[in-house]
Amino acid sequence: MAADSVKNTVLSPVFKNNPIALQVLGICSALAVTNSMKVSLVMGLAVIAVTACSNLFVSLIRHHIPSSIRIIVQMTIIASLVIVVDQVLKAYAYEISKQLSVFVGLIITNCIVMGRAEAYAMQNGPAMSFLDGVGNGLGYAVILLIVGFVRELFGSGSVFGFTVLPTVQDGGWYVPNGLMLLPPSAFFVIGLFIWILRSVRSEQVEKAEYRIVANSKAKIKESV
Amino acid sequence: MANNSIKKTLMVALALCIVCSVVVSTAAVVLQPMQERNKELDRKTNILAVAELYEPGMDVGEAFKRLITPRVIKLETGEYTDRFDPQQYNQFEAAKDPAMSRTLSGEDDGAGIGREELYSTVYLVGDPEDPRQIILPIRGQGLWGLMRGFLALKGDGNTIIGLSYYSHSETPGLGAQVDNPDWKAQWDGKEVYADAGMKPEISLVKGGAESKYEVDALSGATLTSRGVTNMLHFWLSESGFGPYLARFHGNSEGA
Repeated sequence: MAADSVKNTVLSPVFKNNPIALQVLGICSALAVTNSMKVSLVMGLAVIAVTACSNLFVSLIRHHIPSSIRIIVQMTIIASLVIVVDQVLKAYAYEISKQLSVFVGLIITNCIVMGRAEAYAMQNGPAMSFLDGVGNGLGYAVILLIVGFVRELFGSGSVFGFTVLPTVQDGGWYVPNGLMLLPPSAFFVIGLFIWILRSVRSEQVEKAEYRIVANSKAKIKESV
Repeated sequence: MANNSIKKTLMVALALCIVCSVVVSTAAVVLQPMQERNKELDRKTNILAVAELYEPGMDVGEAFKRLITPRVIKLETGEYTDRFDPQQYNQFEAAKDPAMSRTLSGEDDGAGIGREELYSTVYLVGDPEDPRQIILPIRGQGLWGLMRGFLALKGDGNTIIGLSYYSHSETPGLGAQVDNPDWKAQWDGKEVYADAGMKPEISLVKGGAESKYEVDALSGATLTSRGVTNMLHFWLSESGFGPYLARFHGNSEGA
């Protein structure tokens, strides 16, 4: 693993090994906070910060973590970082932190953060772990922004709050699709994105674990 | 020392806890003044918004100072009082202080708040002696917790301009529709009291509001709607702002 190049570590989680699209982790918050791009961006940045820093700190003390309590140690580090991020948002981006509400706190339970700490930071040096965290956070943020773009464009007719499709309410022509503002639409958008990604990069398609056999004919007992 | 020995495990756990708690509490303490300022600004923004004076991008602190006069009133009599500085007086703190509040129980406590302060702040728009708008802080139990908001009335102390909540924990998509601009728009022009009476008539009703004392309830949020009705009845009755508002009932030209 020491041969990992910097570029590879940061960029491969973005499309090649994306935490949401390939590993299908962190879906919950991706559904909840992507109804506008601004919120998606802040959430993405928050996750990048938490993943990168938690990887860094876990990696720094990895030789001293007793294996019996390693998950708790990782959780404590992650939780502390999330609280700090939450406090910073409340101080510097109050409006957005109100919109994100509980979802900042729920970064603690985001499988991506925990997954990277356990899978990468426990075995690798601090610098590479940090970059791995940045990369995976970036992969998460990219999907959030893509989903946020689609949902905000078709749900509110705007991008980053700037009107692109003038809506009927404001005297324009575009009738906004209300479904796009509700969480289920993120399922569709993420699903479509995974479909496109796997069509382009067919190596991401998993092999079927089993095959359903054709129905066998029922044996009819001849009655006497 | 082996990593998995009990001694090392305890040491690592202890050290980690200390470091993390120092980091977290430092962040909380350092950032608190800024968060408080944001909250204060948010509250002022809400007051301006409910009075329909808010424009995006305006300097909220300055506009608040220019347009709005806070005064403290004694709830029981409805008289203004100079005992407290309106800028400093915090009625939520007062409601916790036994010397500054009274206990509510049973039927008296329609809003479910437990204790009511004896003095409340009101916010006046226009000439403080003959205000164009009166903005009242109200609060009460919703489905999941306390809902806090503001009710803006015209100068006649009867016609509603708007109702808005700045803090609540209602179900997103159902009870949280109290924030929905379409729903909030319904309040404009509704009236609180039927005739000269002191009994508030305004209510949320299911199945279409018909009279000027009725507003559509929130669909799928019966308990939140009931909470809103109850807190309006409480705060606009004699135990709330009723005595204060009675002063204005004469001047129907107030608007």
